[in-house]
Amino acid sequence: MSLYGLQKFLYELNRNPRTQTRYQEERAALLQEYPLDEQERAAIDSGDIGLIYVLGANGQLLMHFAAFLGMPWPSYIQAMREGVVRYGPVRAGVYTMTLGLDEKVAGV
Amino acid sequence: MSLVFAGICSHAPGITGRAELADPALKESFHAAFRHMGDQLHAARPDALIVVGAEHFGNFFMNNMPAFAIGMSDQYEGPIEDPAWLKIERRSIAGNAALSKRLIVEVMNSVDVAYAEEWKFDHAISVPLHFLTPKYDIPVIPANINCQGPPLAPLHRAWAFGEALRRAADLVPERIAIVATGGISHWPATPDSGKINEAWDREFLQRWGRNDKAALLSYTDVETYRDGGQGGFEIRTFIALAAAAGGQGSVQYFKPIPIFAVSCTIGTMSIQCRTS
Ligand SMILES: [Fe+2]
Repeated sequence: MSLYGLQKFLYELNRNPRTQTRYQEERAALLQEYPLDEQERAAIDSGDIGLIYVLGANGQLLMHFAAFLGMPWPSYIQAMREGVVRYGPVRAGVYTMTLGLDEKVAGV
Repeated sequence: MSLVFAGICSHAPGITGRAELADPALKESFHAAFRHMGDQLHAARPDALIVVGAEHFGNFFMNNMPAFAIGMSDQYEGPIEDPAWLKIERRSIAGNAALSKRLIVEVMNSVDVAYAEEWKFDHAISVPLHFLTPKYDIPVIPANINCQGPPLAPLHRAWAFGEALRRAADLVPERIAIVATGGISHWPATPDSGKINEAWDREFLQRWGRNDKAALLSYTDVETYRDGGQGGFEIRTFIALAAAAGGQGSVQYFKPIPIFAVSCTIGTMSIQCRTS
């Protein structure tokens, strides 16, 4: 478990256009540079927003990865819900889910 | 006394980024109140605008997280987010490094603030500027209180930071405006985005309006997290503003708008000398 490394990757991806290019063009080499376990590496590689959410990534970092992957807002919100269904409750951090799966308070 | 304007506003990225998903009349009522705050800001003829934000890893990360930071550059850039996502064009924004330095030196007498000669604005600053200074005609001095990566500075230190900013503003000859940005209760960037504890927000704003220091500082982070979500940690900026202005607050707009994820809030505070 290297949540710090996972979040560091998201931080650098969000703010560095070169990291964004490398994510598209040499993802394996890029991810080598971060202390990620296999599950984290795979989650980033496949863009598994639900799993990254459950692993405890700060939502303010994850939100932009979802946008970078081209996910519209409702899909991003839904992906987090589906992550909780599939992998269980959020395991770390303060961005936990407190409402039910069907409580779409903002309509999405 | 050279603090000439003090106010608070929301900064949620949905305010611009998801504007098209909101009820048009509701969205426009809030955007109009935001722009009206900008008119009041300009009427005060400030030479510089200190924006006390609570950024979201635009610049500061857990490798080296300052509790408090102030920008010290002649030039900033923002928004750092994808402009198509935030729906605000990326641009450079003028600062004032020399003025920043004089303010920072004074703030350091009571708060060990970090300074930053590089700063990319995220929505905590870019969203407010979009409405308050749409022509980007007032030099900006960004300030930040860490509200994202716990451990967070206790509320009484946010208060002390506000007091320090005020002392610094009063010592410089320039006319200084301060705007603090943040949310009250909210659960942003979770499946709960749009959850709002309106009663908690109203209670907070009442304490803020009467500038009740003891009541403002009495929240614990455990209570805030329970009642106001992780977004509620951003009350630090509004508390710092109350400390800086020292007067009475007037809430000009308050309306929970779930698709924007917060109680959309605009407020101004009178500027008074504080003796204690
Ligand atoms: Fe925020």
